[in-house]
Amino acid sequence: MEQIEFNYPAKRRVRKRAHVGVVGSGDLEVLLEPAEGEVARVFIRTSVDGFRDTWKAVLDRFFTKYDGTVRIQINDAGATPGSVQLRLEQAVEVSER
Amino acid sequence: MSNNGHGASFINRQSFIELDARERATALFDPRTSRELLGPFDRVESPWLPMQGITPQADDGCVVMKGKIAGQAAVVVALEGAFQGGSMGEVSGEKMTAALDLACADNEKGIPTSAVILLETGGVRLQEANLGLAAIAELMASILALRKHAPVICLMAGTVGCFGGMSLAAGLASYIVMTREARLGMNGPEVIEQENGVEEFDSSDRALVWAIHGGEQRYATCLADALVDDDTPQVADAIRSFVSKGVPPVHRSSQGVLYRNRIDALHTSQQWDPKEFRALWTTTGS
Repeated sequence: MEQIEFNYPAKRRVRKRAHVGVVGSGDLEVLLEPAEGEVARVFIRTSVDGFRDTWKAVLDRFFTKYDGTVRIQINDAGATPGSVQLRLEQAVEVSER
Repeated sequence: MSNNGHGASFINRQSFIELDARERATALFDPRTSRELLGPFDRVESPWLPMQGITPQADDGCVVMKGKIAGQAAVVVALEGAFQGGSMGEVSGEKMTAALDLACADNEKGIPTSAVILLETGGVRLQEANLGLAAIAELMASILALRKHAPVICLMAGTVGCFGGMSLAAGLASYIVMTREARLGMNGPEVIEQENGVEEFDSSDRALVWAIHGGEQRYATCLADALVDDDTPQVADAIRSFVSKGVPPVHRSSQGVLYRNRIDALHTSQQWDPKEFRALWTTTGS
């Protein structure tokens, strides 16, 4: 299991938290919570080691569109980049519903 | 015309099996009465899994909810079959046991509170070994304490099924509700094949597996109390009716003599097929 952290600049306040997904094979769990400051912090725990660059690419792309000041915890059980992207978008949708 | 009607009802059916543990638990309560206890944001997760390089889940795969069913207080505990096969660890076991103990305390204070346990589990989480075994023993004690006051209903919807130590816990339930897709048994098919060979039990023979462990057979042999379709309103209806029914006059697990007679009548010198077994089992000793 590998732990990875990323920070991204953010400015928009988020009011609601969201929990989506499950730590099942090929899937992941996302916990998104409002946070203070001008930053979005992402904490990842993944069962598959050695994919830091891939995580960075997926999150870089996600944060070109998302600017919420949040703390995101990802518990991953080997999801593909596409699944990660969809779960992140789903978490945002739930938090803004 | 009736064919069209049937097809439409199949297409419009709200599958229960496709729901995750949290959605399943919510679906059983009266609308807008439920709240989750110790949810994922409380982050009470397994401390043992990360030590073994396994990603934990924020709720340890166990969802606890309190609310009302059929107008009466109830607690629902649902295991998430997709996380570590719904296995029971230290944390998930303690969440389930504590929920039942609180329900028991409420009953003793004069607030009737039933419990519904949604089992999608292979039993003990092997990574937590003895702690998982201890959790199941404590859970069984809690079921025995609670079922004197209020019904404890076990629901297996599928597709994981309920095996290992948790099948013993299910055996203590006041009522068992299953779907045709669900399975219930002490030793799972793969375990029997691994220990006794493919001649004993071919775990890839799905027809055989379901003819023995499946919901239909369990219901026909009176080891389950209701057989429901994979349909959310139908599942919720069955749970409501058992909550309203209250504590059964005699629990299945108190009928030792009946089951001993049935086992004695089964001669192992011959190979029983599931159909013959069904006929023998339901006519012996009752």
